[in-house]
Amino acid sequence: MAFHWSATLTGGAYTPGTLAKVERETAVGEGTLRAFLHDMLLIRRFEERVEDRFRAGELPGFLHVAIGQEAIAVGVARAMEDDDIFASTHRAHGHTLARGSNPRRVMAELYGKVEGVSHGYGGSMHLYDIEHGNYGANAVIGGGLPAVTGAGLAFKMRNEPRVAVAFFGDGATNIGTFHESLNLAQLWRTKTVFVCENNHWAESTPGWQHSPVWDDMSKRALAFNMRSLKVDGQDVEAVYAAATEALEYARSGQGPVFLDIPTYRMHGHYIGDPQVYRSKEDREAAAFHDPIPRLRERLGLSDEEFEAFDEEAHRVVDDALEFAKNGTDPKPEDALKNVYA
Amino acid sequence: MPEVTYREAVRDGIAQAMRADDRVFIMGEDIAEMGGSMGVTQGLLDEFGPDRVRNTPISEMAIVGAGIGAAMAGMRPIVEIMYEDFLTLSLEQIVNQAAKHRYMSGGQLTVPLTIRTQGGAGWSPGAQHAQQLEAWLVHVPGLKVAYPSTPEDVRGLLWTAIHDDNPVVLFEHRLLYPVKGEVPEQLEPIPFGRARVVREGTDVTVIAIGPLVHRTLEAAKQAEEDGISVEIVDPRTLQPLDEEMLVASVKKTNRAVVAHEAVTRMGFGAEVTAVLQHQAFDYLDAPIERVGAKFTPLPFAPVMEQYVVPHAEDVLAAIKRTVA
Repeated sequence: MAFHWSATLTGGAYTPGTLAKVERETAVGEGTLRAFLHDMLLIRRFEERVEDRFRAGELPGFLHVAIGQEAIAVGVARAMEDDDIFASTHRAHGHTLARGSNPRRVMAELYGKVEGVSHGYGGSMHLYDIEHGNYGANAVIGGGLPAVTGAGLAFKMRNEPRVAVAFFGDGATNIGTFHESLNLAQLWRTKTVFVCENNHWAESTPGWQHSPVWDDMSKRALAFNMRSLKVDGQDVEAVYAAATEALEYARSGQGPVFLDIPTYRMHGHYIGDPQVYRSKEDREAAAFHDPIPRLRERLGLSDEEFEAFDEEAHRVVDDALEFAKNGTDPKPEDALKNVYA
Repeated sequence: MPEVTYREAVRDGIAQAMRADDRVFIMGEDIAEMGGSMGVTQGLLDEFGPDRVRNTPISEMAIVGAGIGAAMAGMRPIVEIMYEDFLTLSLEQIVNQAAKHRYMSGGQLTVPLTIRTQGGAGWSPGAQHAQQLEAWLVHVPGLKVAYPSTPEDVRGLLWTAIHDDNPVVLFEHRLLYPVKGEVPEQLEPIPFGRARVVREGTDVTVIAIGPLVHRTLEAAKQAEEDGISVEIVDPRTLQPLDEEMLVASVKKTNRAVVAHEAVTRMGFGAEVTAVLQHQAFDYLDAPIERVGAKFTPLPFAPVMEQYVVPHAEDVLAAIKRTVA
């Protein structure tokens, strides 16, 4: 069956300074949507468990969940090809799981175990999994954008059908690396896709306090004459379709694409964030836009059918937790390894 | 052996690496048609074309960061930061990204990136175009740092930097570009972590880097007239550091001077001094002397600039203090 989605397409590839509405058709079968739900629920239950275990005092370090933003991780990740790579942010669990990293190994990393995806050297904010294209979650806002541009340049120079994808939030659009990277990527037409997850919060600072274009980030792309697609971040089907389009364009070597994806951060900036800066109404609005019930409704699932998905997600997370807790602690002196190749 | 300038040696090193390996390419500000602000990359565009010799926007974070990404994706990029003062703009990418991807990934990634830059006093460019910042980078685990002082060294070390799987920052000094020296007919890679005895002597060891190697050679000639025999050792790479050779030389001469153009306070010489006092304490007959710039930004007026930076006379004075 075919679904309709709409996206707003802007950018220099078309008519600079204007917005052009395009209607597209894409063939996302029900089986694919069910797979999306599977992934989104896995990420949701995984992160809820991470919150729970952090509050129980089991997890060291700083942890940030992306509850409410799962449709972006899954929609983009599912549109990527095996050889594509990505860089993420401090809010990286979803992207990492959506690209197929083993939940056991992701959880083990949060526990600082040798079995972790970064072997205990990275932690939540530095998840790496090269086998699954994860070239690093970055704890410096905008820190990974230049590298994704450079990787996209390498793919272009070698004429490889690969794309480098950068995930980042609206907060990153105010830092120098963002502007330098978009400029360079467009200038050299690198094989890069910039995924702006606009949850309208830069930590505790609302979009309207940090950006003059906080409600329309595609204007940032326009400034670099870069093609952009605006899509609803709570609609996984639409995200998938837009990401597919963007990846195809970048892969062809015609240039980078900016995905402007408004979304909702249902929880705080970090686990334990009391969110004193945020109104009850704002939190309720975010919860109202939860992408999971929306997809469930889209699929017309009964309670029993949904429960089956949920039980599976809980089972995988239980297993990951068990694996992580029984993981191997690194030897303290392992800290001296991997400094140099 | 042919004699070439330091500038020609850098250019030849880049060109040979690019001929040998398609993964090697270079990007930086004004490096293509203009051939770089110091003329180092002249002719490379003609030979290798604009795909591999890339003029960049004035975007130091993106220049280094794109180099990091290309390196992680299998290339061996050389990036040029026009003046080392501008390293400050790219430090986030060098320090938090290039130096740490391998570590944070638990060894999954390598970042075979070469960052070339140049600086130094002597032309009165003022406070933002003449600093010597090598010590900043030696402080960061995950980086390698080279500071070659001769044409032969710069060509051989550049080759090694390009083929190293780690990020390397290679410092060139503006006043060294016209300096001539013999280089081997065939490029000989110089391993990192091997110091070079520039001049043998018996009374005092001067450990000098960059232009101070040459200023120390002048000082050594003058010291010779006063009957002082000076040994000069150039570490060539600051990280890794050939501690063994430095210590061995000081154990032989029993006196040491460290010399660089950067300010003395927290300069590279402070680290060398710490190494020597710890490993050769019982051999030292005098306090270790340090030579470097005075603790001030580089001033514009030539007379002030010359007052701030160290000269051969400053090295000579330090040598004499050790034997007094």
